[in-house]
Amino acid sequence: MEQLYGYGLYAISLFTMGGIYAVLTLGLNVQWGFAGLFNVGIAGFFGIGAYATAILTTAASQRHLGGYEMPYAVGFLAAMALSGVIAYAVGKVCLRLRSDYLAIATIGIAEIFRLILKNETWATNGPRGVSEVPKPFETLPEPWNHISFLLLVLAIVAIVYVLVEVARKSPWGRVMTAIRENETAAKAAGKNVEAFRMEGFVIGCMIMALAGALMAHYLKFVDPNVTEPLLATFLVWVMLIVGGSANNKGAILGAFLMWIVWSMTEILTGRLPDELAIRAAYVRIFLIGLALQIFLQKFPQGILPEKRPAAQGKSADRGVVGEP
Amino acid sequence: MSEFINFYFIPGVVLGSIYALGAIGITLTFGILRFANFAHGESMTLGVYFAWSMVQFSGLHPLVVMPAAMLATVIVVLGIDRVFYKPLREASVVMLVIASFGLMLMVRSVIQFTWGVQLKTVLPGIQMPYVIGDILRIAPKHVMIVAGALLLMYAVHYLLTYTKIGKAMRAMSDSAELARLTGIDTEKVVMATWIIGAALACAAGVFLAIDTQVETRMGFKLLLPMFAAAILGGVGRPYGALAGGLIIGLAEELSSYPWVGNEPLLNPGYKAGVAFAIMVGMLIWRPSGLFRGKVF
Repeated sequence: MEQLYGYGLYAISLFTMGGIYAVLTLGLNVQWGFAGLFNVGIAGFFGIGAYATAILTTAASQRHLGGYEMPYAVGFLAAMALSGVIAYAVGKVCLRLRSDYLAIATIGIAEIFRLILKNETWATNGPRGVSEVPKPFETLPEPWNHISFLLLVLAIVAIVYVLVEVARKSPWGRVMTAIRENETAAKAAGKNVEAFRMEGFVIGCMIMALAGALMAHYLKFVDPNVTEPLLATFLVWVMLIVGGSANNKGAILGAFLMWIVWSMTEILTGRLPDELAIRAAYVRIFLIGLALQIFLQKFPQGILPEKRPAAQGKSADRGVVGEP
Repeated sequence: MSEFINFYFIPGVVLGSIYALGAIGITLTFGILRFANFAHGESMTLGVYFAWSMVQFSGLHPLVVMPAAMLATVIVVLGIDRVFYKPLREASVVMLVIASFGLMLMVRSVIQFTWGVQLKTVLPGIQMPYVIGDILRIAPKHVMIVAGALLLMYAVHYLLTYTKIGKAMRAMSDSAELARLTGIDTEKVVMATWIIGAALACAAGVFLAIDTQVETRMGFKLLLPMFAAAILGGVGRPYGALAGGLIIGLAEELSSYPWVGNEPLLNPGYKAGVAFAIMVGMLIWRPSGLFRGKVF
């Protein structure tokens, strides 16, 4: 019975983390799937969100800036707002150039953010990070505190999903697809390509910051490792490509699937003797990378391919535009 | 004055030469294969570990085993191109960038698996610096690095200016379409690009390892300055990458000199941010770079 309870708790943590990754992947889907924008600094925006809410909601401490003890909602909103502002600045510089430049600039932003976290110890406590971040529902008795937090995460996944799905099917979403597929044609149709791209980029970064904020409250702790590209950037890309770019359901499926694979294999390698276990961790990274390459080459559409919303009105009735 | 030259200017030139060598590979792949190669830093790390193993095995000086390490790196990089990049050549370029991003972590995980993550050195021991006229003190390793870098830069210059394949590479960088029309074998040019890029990356890595030490993240740390150097010089312009590398290396080192008062102008912890700041400035002011490179 006790063992079963342990498995239950493990499943809850698995789905909580999976949910946080689902939010991240949905954010990336708005950028890459909808707009074709190449962000490899996901970890940076994720970290910005995590630190913003951690500093705003945590009780006063000698070691870092804080003591505001704001409500969670303020932390979440501030995380998204700050990330949005930084994304706007990055976008202003890079969005008129091809995707590669945005990729270089976003990975740069993530690195600069890491430098700030490490050097401005008065605000961030440097490499030791901010601890004792409050967690919603933590006063409830176990296991209800974990279950409630899981439900909160799933609710946020659902809200973000509904919002981006509505956006995808809206005229806005269709302009995005048009720009991604043929920029010149979209421009010729009178669309302000740069403005649409900027909207997609900023919204995506705000969603990523929301995921970061959730993570900070879930772990009750943030340190500069949140900006490590491996877990927050690379894994999210693999999730989206495997699940299916431009398909929001695919993004969520990919997030949960790859997170389950990632953490289950950790249990397997954890059973190995110490020395082998450390090495096996690198094998896992390699295999996840290989999965990405296989999907890129053989199944670039992912598990759930993109479905274009059928145009509304007469043309759909006549079957001129829409799905094949 | 002597402090400025010995502790800021000379290290700046050394670092700049290393960035320059690395940036040539970045700018060539960007110009010819038309994608930003995120795995370039890992070619560098891989080359360093090959060199380290060879030094351990043979007991020779790292510069002596360097050509063999360069060859080994080139072979691996050509293999990676065949397996991972070639099948995507017809797809959109962004797929190549994603693939290179994945390869960055794959190659690093192989390095960490094979060699572990402990710090290593290729050239143990402390060397006495050469003292010239009371003021100038130059460490022998710095002389070696700059001389080696100059030699390799001259070799690249010769290759690009006087050889057939070098001319074909420049032609393809200027216009892939026209190059193909004139009968240039593009696959051969692609191969040459990888060979030059990987060999120079390995050399840059070995120089850096001689100057500092060997660690698995060294290539990744150089990635941003190398991109910055390539963009500063102009994408697709090898001479631009040389100039860009030197400027970025010098700017990083000189940024912590106490220009005003006694405090460093910029907290040395932010040194790595200098390259990024220069790159962003360049993207705003003149995305084509100093040498009128390409803008995609």
